[in-house]
Amino acid sequence: MKFLDEYRRADLARALLREIASIVTKPWVLMEVCGGQTHSIVRHGLDQLLPKGVELIHGPGCPVCVTPVGILDQAMAIAARPEVTFCSFGDMLRVPGSQTDLFHVKSRGGDVRVVYSPLDAVEVARAHPEREVVFFAVGFETTAPANAAAVLHARRLGLKNFSLLVSHVLVPPALEAILQAPDCRVQGFLAAGHVCSVMGWCQYVDLVARFQVPVVVTGFEPVDLLEGIRRVLLQLEQGRAEVENAYPRAVRRDGNVPALQTLQQVFEPTDRVWRGMGTIPLSGWRLREKFREFDAAHRFADVPLPAAEESPLCRSGEVLQGRLKPDQCPAFGRECTPLTPLGAPMVSNEGACAAYYRHRRSPC
Amino acid sequence: MLSCPVPQSATELVLLGHGSGGKLSSDLLRQLFLPAFSNPLLDSLGDGAVLELSGERVAFTTDSYVVRPLFFPGGDIGSLAVHGTVNDLAMMGARPEFLSASFILEEGFEVDQLRRIVASMAAAAREAGVWLVTGDTKVVERGKGDGVFINTTGVGSVRTGLAPAPQRARPGDVVLVSGSLGDHGVAILSVRQGLEFETGVVSDSAALHGLVQAGLRADPDPHVLRDPTRGGLASALNEIAAASHVGIEIEEESLPVQPAVQAACELLGLDPLYVANEGKLVWICAPERADALLAELRQQPLGRQAARIGTVSAERPGLVSLRTRLGTQRIVDTLVGEQLPRIC
Repeated sequence: MKFLDEYRRADLARALLREIASIVTKPWVLMEVCGGQTHSIVRHGLDQLLPKGVELIHGPGCPVCVTPVGILDQAMAIAARPEVTFCSFGDMLRVPGSQTDLFHVKSRGGDVRVVYSPLDAVEVARAHPEREVVFFAVGFETTAPANAAAVLHARRLGLKNFSLLVSHVLVPPALEAILQAPDCRVQGFLAAGHVCSVMGWCQYVDLVARFQVPVVVTGFEPVDLLEGIRRVLLQLEQGRAEVENAYPRAVRRDGNVPALQTLQQVFEPTDRVWRGMGTIPLSGWRLREKFREFDAAHRFADVPLPAAEESPLCRSGEVLQGRLKPDQCPAFGRECTPLTPLGAPMVSNEGACAAYYRHRRSPC
Repeated sequence: MLSCPVPQSATELVLLGHGSGGKLSSDLLRQLFLPAFSNPLLDSLGDGAVLELSGERVAFTTDSYVVRPLFFPGGDIGSLAVHGTVNDLAMMGARPEFLSASFILEEGFEVDQLRRIVASMAAAAREAGVWLVTGDTKVVERGKGDGVFINTTGVGSVRTGLAPAPQRARPGDVVLVSGSLGDHGVAILSVRQGLEFETGVVSDSAALHGLVQAGLRADPDPHVLRDPTRGGLASALNEIAAASHVGIEIEEESLPVQPAVQAACELLGLDPLYVANEGKLVWICAPERADALLAELRQQPLGRQAARIGTVSAERPGLVSLRTRLGTQRIVDTLVGEQLPRIC
C-alpha cells in the first residue's frame, strides 16, 4: 500500500538504526507525544532496537486517556437519558468513569452508538428529529476540525436536536506543562505528526526557543519514527534545539489553513482538566458563545453527576507524564488489565498501558 | 473496604463483547456455561463434539447467525449459515452430511428477502453436498427481533483415527493458514450502515471440507484444524496455545493479507489478525508433513494463497507471539471485546 509499505521497509529501518548508533555518544531521554506513536513503537519493538541509553518515554497524547473523569461521568449521565441518542468514537465506550462505562449504559438501555465521524451523528440527528443527538467530541487538534465542521453543518441544516459534548485538548500547553515540571527528564520531543498536519509545525517555534528543547515533527510508521528519533538525537548531540519536520508528506509549516479557519470560527481556548495531570491553562477548546445551542454541557446542564472518583491504585497520571513506565505500576497486569481497566491508558487503543499489556507482557 | 470505581469483571449484564469471541465470551463460557453443563465431550471445547453412536463416530455442532447486513459482498446470512456449520464439522475432520435449520423471523420481515436467503442457503447446501433434513420456524413480534436470525446444526461422519483438536499442538509443529486474512470482516464492515466505503473486498465465506479432504492426503493426522472466524487468527491461535499449553510464534512477513483488506484496516484502525474469516482454516501439522501439505493446499481453489506462518514451541506456553519485519517480537493477545475503531 503506497505511503505505508515504503515506511515499513526493514532495510530502511536497519539503515536508520545503524546511523542512530553512530550518532549517539551518551544517554538521552526522548518523549514521543502521541499515543499512536507509542503503539507503533511498542508494536514494532523499535525501542528494543535503539542503542542502550536512548530512552523513549511515552507522552500524554492519547485523547481517551486524558479525558477527565468528570466529563466521562457527564457523558454517561447524558447518554442514559431516555430522549438522548449518544454518538461516540468506539474507543470511549469502555473508559471507566466514576461508576460505570458507556458499554454498561448501553446494556441498560441507553441509546449509545459508535460512529466513525461526527458527520454521521449529524445524519442521525437529521433522520431522527424526535431524538436529542449528542456527539462526544473528544480528542486533540486532529479530531477538532471535523467536529467544528459538524456544528457548522448542523446549523446549516437548521437542526435543533444536535449537540457536542466537548472535551478537546491541545498538545503545546501539555508539552509546556511537562517541561515546567521540576523533575522533567525529557530532553527532546517527537511531535505528533497528525496534530501538526492540522496546526502546522510553526506552533512549536516559540516553545523550542523558550525551553531550548529539540522538537521533530514525526510520523507513525517504523521508518518515520526512526527518522524522527535520529533527527532529535542529532540535534542533542550537536547541541542544537530547533523545530524540524520529519513528516513532510503530511505536515506544512502553517498547517491546514481551511481547517484552522473552521476551528477559529467554532472553538475558543479554555482551561482544561487532564486526567492524571490536573488543570492546564488554555489547554483545550470549547464552543464559542454563538454556538451555545450546540453545546451539550449547556443543554444538559441540569443532569445530576456523581462525585468524580479515581481508583486509588491507578498511577496513570505518572504514566501520562512519562514518570512511570506502564509495567512499573504495581497494578499493571494484576488489578488492572484491559478487561478490568483501572485507568484509561489500559483501555484505549492508544493508551501506553494497553500497548505494554498487548505487546509486551511477560508470560503469566 | 476498597471501593473500586471500575466495572467489575463479573458484569451483571450481558455486553456486546460477550458475543465477540474474545475474553468476555470465554469468561461467559468458563464461568457460566461450563460449570452448568460440564461433561467430558463439552469440556474439550472443540468446534463441536465427536460422538460414538452404535460404533460410528459422528461429529455434531451448532451455530447461530445474526449477521448484519443480511446481504453482503460475497454472501448473505443464508450461505453463511450453511458454510459456518459445515466448517465447524470440517474442523473436526468430519465429512458434513446433514443440517437442520431454525429461523427466528420478525413480524413484518419481507417474504421476498426470506425467499432470497432460503435460495442462497439451498445453493450453498447443494454445493457443499449436505442435505437440510429438518427445521423450525418461529415468528416474534415486531421490534423483538432483527429481521431474521438463523440457527443451523450439523452432523457428519468422522473416520477412525482422525482426531484434530485444539489440545494437540506439539512443540515443533508447523502452523499453516489456507489463505488471506480478514476478508469477511472487512467485506461486512464496508457495507455496514454509516461506514460505506469502496473496498472491492468480498467475503471469503465458503465450505472448507473439500479443502480439508485434500489436505488429508498429505497429512492424514492433522494435530489441529480451526477456522478463525470471530476474533480472527489471533483469537484462534490464542485458544490453541492455551488448550495445548504451548507457545505459538508467527512471522509478520508470512501472513497473507490482501492489499485492499490491509488498506481498510489501516483506515479503520483494525488489525487483520483480529478480523473475522469465514472461508479460511488454520492447520497445525507435524513438521515433516508441512511442505507436502502446503503444496496440496495450494492446488485447491480455496487454498491457493495458503502459507506457512509459524511454529509451535515449548517456550512461553499459552502465549502467541509475532516476529515483526524488523526482527523484534511482540505478543499477539486475545481481544477483550469488540475490536474498536481508533479515534485519531
